[in-house]
Amino acid sequence: MSVPRFWRRLKNIYNLIGTHCEKCGSFLYPPRNMCPKCRRNGMTIPFKFKGTGEVLTYTIVHTGAKDYTKLTPYILAIIKLDEGPQLTSQVICDHSQIRIGMKVKAAFRKLGEESEKGMIYYGTKFVPMEG
Amino acid sequence: MRDVAIIGVGCTEFGELWDKSFRELFVEAGVSAIEDANVAGGKIDALYVGNMSGGRFIEQEHLGALIADYSGLASLHIPSTRVEAACASGGLALRQGIIAVASGYHDIVIAGGAEKMTDVGVETTTDALAAASDREWEGIMGATFPGLYAMIARLHMHKYGTTQEQLAAVAVKNHHNGTMNPKAQFQNEITIDTVINSVMVADPLRVFDCSPISDGASAVVIASADVARKYTDTPIYVKASAQASGTISLHDRPDITTIDATVAAANWAYKMAKLTPKDINFAEVHDCFTIAEICAIEDLGFVKKGEGGKAAESGLTAIGGKIPVNPSGGLKACGHPVGATGVKQAVEMVLQLRGEAGKRQIDGANIGLTHNVGGSGGTAVVHIFGRDK
Repeated sequence: MSVPRFWRRLKNIYNLIGTHCEKCGSFLYPPRNMCPKCRRNGMTIPFKFKGTGEVLTYTIVHTGAKDYTKLTPYILAIIKLDEGPQLTSQVICDHSQIRIGMKVKAAFRKLGEESEKGMIYYGTKFVPMEG
Repeated sequence: MRDVAIIGVGCTEFGELWDKSFRELFVEAGVSAIEDANVAGGKIDALYVGNMSGGRFIEQEHLGALIADYSGLASLHIPSTRVEAACASGGLALRQGIIAVASGYHDIVIAGGAEKMTDVGVETTTDALAAASDREWEGIMGATFPGLYAMIARLHMHKYGTTQEQLAAVAVKNHHNGTMNPKAQFQNEITIDTVINSVMVADPLRVFDCSPISDGASAVVIASADVARKYTDTPIYVKASAQASGTISLHDRPDITTIDATVAAANWAYKMAKLTPKDINFAEVHDCFTIAEICAIEDLGFVKKGEGGKAAESGLTAIGGKIPVNPSGGLKACGHPVGATGVKQAVEMVLQLRGEAGKRQIDGANIGLTHNVGGSGGTAVVHIFGRDK
């Protein structure tokens, strides 16, 4: 992904900042300009999530995405944050440990890298709560 | 709206077709559809072309003009429109053609789909396909397409007790159907063991749970019902055409194991055709992965939610079963040249409903349904076809 495209979202990706709609009370991550419930009547403001939640489902990716081959195999998961929204991220733990319902917390980690001399991406992954 | 029928169909073989270019594939499919309909080129009012990623796969955009030109229609200046909705591009092109004729705007149109996926390396192909999901919030986190469907599979297994063997049974059935389809990419039988011992792609999905990377093209000639009767005694009528959108990201779905766009499109289609799932004799569904066929037959209402896993295993969805699914071999065995798939499903409908499907012919096929999905479910297209209006 191009540098500006990633840079534009740095604070959201690094600090888990999404959106809260003050009209209906919805919590949204990834961030949105438009509340899906209230649409143009919504009142959306940035909201920093606690970063705790649980694994809704997961997979262990053995054929990695472009720029992620060095990390393969890795655990890809949908995490349900305690405030409600669901997001896609990776879980860092022993592969035999991962399970549906596992409590996890956010952690700042390297996401991937573009070849030897390219950009390195950092962002929010998740680690087991007990770990 | 006017009644609409398909009067001609054409399809190239699907597979790794090193010696054929994108334009050759499309022209081959288009010409066979026109010959099948026995329509003169000058009678065609418009072209609709489904294609997902010409820009990434062959570094070529502006495919509408390219196809009109190489189909020999540039001098007639008829409109030619490329349609894109990731893996549902073909289904959408078909729907655009149907709408154009139903509205009375055009009398005879061609809807086709084509994809040339093997001119680039596998890494580029995989990355181009990943663009069907949300690049900024799924792709950047390391999501691959098999990865997303694997997460659906994992949760389906957890909630409903679906097994590896039940996933594998879908691939075994579709490969068996593929042995009877001379256009299919894979025409060989496989066993449950073949699937469950194959290389892991994204746990629990193995390489034999995945549809292949393919080249191919397909096309249909669409006409108003009145015009159709001038060309053929066996027009195949479009009884419903429905399209629905859902969230682009899998993580935003209320239920990860339900493609709610499929449910919405199917409900609209059944209402439009005044039919229920029980009235459907057979279906071509979007089995990009084995789990996708299991979810599809649930979301289309052929079985209850959670019971899709048993369907292939018990023979319910086999040719000769209660509701045969993917007689063509589906995406799994017939192949999945992304933009061509939705139109190929309609080609299979027409062959089955005319009774021209050869060894894979379904007895008593009167009403069939196609189901084409874009991405992990951001778009779903459902069509119902019948021998009668």
